[in-house]
Amino acid sequence: MTILVIAEHDNQALKPSTLSTLAAAAQMGGDVTLLVAGNGCGAAAEAAAKAAGVSKVLLADNPAYDHEVAENMAALIVSMAEGYTHILAPATANGKNFMPRVAALLDVGQVSDIIKVESTDTFARPIYAGNAIATVQSLDPIKVITVRGTAFDAVAAEGGNATVEVLEQVEDTGLSRFVGEEMAQSDRPELTSARVVISGGRGMADSEHFHLLEKVADKLGAAVGASRAAVDAGFAPNDMQVGQTGKIVAPELYIAVGISGAIQHLAGMKDSKVIVAINKDEEAPIFQVADYGLVADLFTALPELDSSI
Amino acid sequence: MKVLVPVKRVIDYNVKVRVKSDGSGVDLNNVKMAINPFDEIAVEEAVRLKEAGTATEVVVVSVGPKASQEVLRTALAVGADRAIHLETDADLEPLAVAKCLKQVVADEQPQLVICGKQAIDDDCNQTGQMLAALLGWPQGTFASEVAPEGEVIKVTREIDGGLETLQLTLPAVVTSDLRLNEPRYASLPNIMKAKKKPLASKPVAELGIDVAPRLSAVNYAPPAARQGGIKVESVDQLVDKLRNEARVI
Repeated sequence: MTILVIAEHDNQALKPSTLSTLAAAAQMGGDVTLLVAGNGCGAAAEAAAKAAGVSKVLLADNPAYDHEVAENMAALIVSMAEGYTHILAPATANGKNFMPRVAALLDVGQVSDIIKVESTDTFARPIYAGNAIATVQSLDPIKVITVRGTAFDAVAAEGGNATVEVLEQVEDTGLSRFVGEEMAQSDRPELTSARVVISGGRGMADSEHFHLLEKVADKLGAAVGASRAAVDAGFAPNDMQVGQTGKIVAPELYIAVGISGAIQHLAGMKDSKVIVAINKDEEAPIFQVADYGLVADLFTALPELDSSI
Repeated sequence: MKVLVPVKRVIDYNVKVRVKSDGSGVDLNNVKMAINPFDEIAVEEAVRLKEAGTATEVVVVSVGPKASQEVLRTALAVGADRAIHLETDADLEPLAVAKCLKQVVADEQPQLVICGKQAIDDDCNQTGQMLAALLGWPQGTFASEVAPEGEVIKVTREIDGGLETLQLTLPAVVTSDLRLNEPRYASLPNIMKAKKKPLASKPVAELGIDVAPRLSAVNYAPPAARQGGIKVESVDQLVDKLRNEARVI
């Protein structure tokens, strides 16, 4: 059993999703190699060498892997896939982008977004927006898997002592080119790894009112999320969307404000430890999953909440 | 340029699915089916490219049972020119579907394939990427904007933390995200006209493609149910519960 984990990083350090993926790898057992690919990511590789359970770090530092473009990432991973029985990546936008490409090039299927490791070849994953859990056994010689970060407790980022090996070969397909990016600015914790998440829905009425959420979020050290309705209405940018087609979160506390609770939204947050719903419609489906429900107008409840915590 | 759009017939997104009590699958009997929402967006984008004069022909393709022809007719009613149905009663995995689509691409020679980013039944998010890999084409996944410019296409993608723009060499595969566009409704006259548009059907078995499953389903189960909660009367009571009962703040 030899497992290759593809790291998600910001050039300086590993993202929490990588540490969760390492936890899934640990449950499968075997020797874990971590691949850190990117442009100017030497520091991330050094940080990766300290992560618990990693026996070797491979560093592919080249402009070809800038922003982890799928064509070059997949070519790199496939070129070094021989000898590994499992290839894992976090089910982030990047992992979802290049891993199916890797699987097809290796002529194997992929198991997406696993939430449980049953054995070395059998995994559980949610389907139908989380309304069913399928347990599937991979019949392929190489298991290509993406891991839902919120389903696994992260391994320790410190304490390991792996060696870093630099990969000299470069895979540049020349098929695509990074042009630019527009990143949302935020001082708050990252949505998928935050301990507390407070989300707003269509009930917020307009984008101005999101500052009511932000004030509460700042007091709680929470990340701010949004439902698809709020994103589509332009109240919040789309990278804040929680749900089947947005981010999957499982914080200790999830506060849903002005969110009705469509199944597509629940798919993204129903594994939260404690769910609070604030909604003026007492029939809203969100109350069926909420541990604590408050039937109230959010425009009075939010300032009250802000002043009482 | 010719645009190919794969579409999938899935359970309607409003339906709450039920897992069969013997754990053998999800109960799809007498359940409303529809075109996968992301595929609807992909069709819309292809039709807009045609209306803008960029695309010359929009071909839609679906791999699935005979009933998949319904979703192909839906796509034709929205503005696709013709449809290809690859018939199979087996539930094909993304890799097998990608291999079928590769064959269609070889026959049709499109410059652009627009897929949905994921199907809302298996939630895999694999087929577009796999097709791009098999063809050796670049991929622009989770697209919120596409702009073909001669030999290349600019694709703005939704990534964690914001947006990213890539330039891909054509031919390419693009997968649609929710915000790419707002799909139109098919008008009644167009639904009638769609019935006369060409739809070619061919069994998957005749393609000579290895579609053997790579995953074996062990079990299907409903997700763990949450304990019923309580309603609180006031914000103060809520804060008190969170602080002293749940101990999360």
